[in-house]
Amino acid sequence: MSTQPALMQTISALFKRDLLLAFRSRGDLLNPLMFFLMVTSLFPLAVSPDPKFLGDIAPGVIWVGALLATLLSLDLLFKSDFEDGALEQLLVLPQPTFFLILAKVAVHWLVAGLPLTLIAPLLGLMLGLPEGGYGPLMLSLLLGTPTLSLLGAIGAGLTVGLRKGGMLMPLLILPLYIPILIFAASAVQTGVQGEPVTGHLLFLGAYLAFAVAVCPIAAGAALKISVAR
Amino acid sequence: MWQALKRLYHRLGSPKWFFEISAKWSPWFLWIGAALMAAGLVWGLAYAPADYLQGNSFRIIYIHVPSALLSQSAYVMMAVGGLIGLVWKMKLAFVVSKVIAPIGATMAVLALLTGAIWGKPTWGTWWVWDARLTSMLILLFLYFGVIALHNAIENEDLANKAAAILSIVGTINIPIIKYSVEWWNTLHQPATITLTKKPTMAPEMFIPLVFTILAFYCWFAVWLFARTRNEILWRERRTQWVKKWVRDNAL
Repeated sequence: MSTQPALMQTISALFKRDLLLAFRSRGDLLNPLMFFLMVTSLFPLAVSPDPKFLGDIAPGVIWVGALLATLLSLDLLFKSDFEDGALEQLLVLPQPTFFLILAKVAVHWLVAGLPLTLIAPLLGLMLGLPEGGYGPLMLSLLLGTPTLSLLGAIGAGLTVGLRKGGMLMPLLILPLYIPILIFAASAVQTGVQGEPVTGHLLFLGAYLAFAVAVCPIAAGAALKISVAR
Repeated sequence: MWQALKRLYHRLGSPKWFFEISAKWSPWFLWIGAALMAAGLVWGLAYAPADYLQGNSFRIIYIHVPSALLSQSAYVMMAVGGLIGLVWKMKLAFVVSKVIAPIGATMAVLALLTGAIWGKPTWGTWWVWDARLTSMLILLFLYFGVIALHNAIENEDLANKAAAILSIVGTINIPIIKYSVEWWNTLHQPATITLTKKPTMAPEMFIPLVFTILAFYCWFAVWLFARTRNEILWRERRTQWVKKWVRDNAL
């Protein structure tokens, strides 16, 4: 009679289903990565190919690229479920929406945030990121991209049924991304200068913990509104 | 006290009551605001002493500070209105939230513009990435998001709720954004400009500022009432009392 196992089962079933669906459409998974790669390589072309200069701007450029790539990938989060009606079914389940959304966001991070984190050192290499920057870059992406996914879930939830949702989402979400961008990019910069980055990473961790607690609630409320539409 | 508050709250649930009462309040706010504004501006622009560093250019403070203050409190009001609307399903709260957004955004633009005009003679440049300027810019972006979301959703009721959620999320994030921007600024450009440290103002400069701040709040109320009344008329356009009001007053 206990509800706990049922909840765990539901979450893991949803988790596996989403993961499976994500891997069935690999093109969608690769697009944000390609975008990340291309946007980053625009900077040397547009600004200057001078290695010293590129090394200086690399932390910011990589992080802005990762942020925009995440923004693009957020479309995947709820859209197909919304279109085939699965989203409504999820929302009327007796299990708390909080955990279901958390499971969906976790999958989104696994297929979007994690690949971005893994490919980032390559981009660092191309931009001539100095030695000390790689550790902080990976760690800041590891702690920062889940928060991007979580905050993004709110925006995706609010815009999922809208025709012009794609244009609208950056407007809603980018201001909320600013703290992450500031702390993450300066973590990398501080690492390049050879100073300790613990403080930056702790902030990113704190923001992540906060986002885990709050964002699924807001995203759930947003989804209920979108489904009612 | 509690009973009176409760009664006021229940009355506010009726758009018709608010429509009638705000018509009576508006002239009061308008004229008190005008008197305060006139006093504050004449005192501030003509009689207050010039700043020993900035000369006369500091006088733009009498517009700049009130608009910056108001843009911030308008955002909080918008979110509180949204919260009340979501929790207690109060129609009027949603109306106020909706009409406040453009007002707040206008105030943010005004603060940024006057800030730029002030910055030119003081810092020698129209714009610097100072912590305060940057967080005001982000606040403007947050307003844009709420307004755009509201415009994008056709169903009025759902648009209200969606915008309410977004503005509540924004309000939770404002302290984080503000803190991180200040932190970022101290990291990247140490002490080129310290706007963050508030100069202790002389009372003869400060009192006119209080006057103009109060005047801004009064006029804000007038503006808010006018927009709210328009919105109420539109939303309640099918009701008898609106039809009657239009027949009696507008035709």
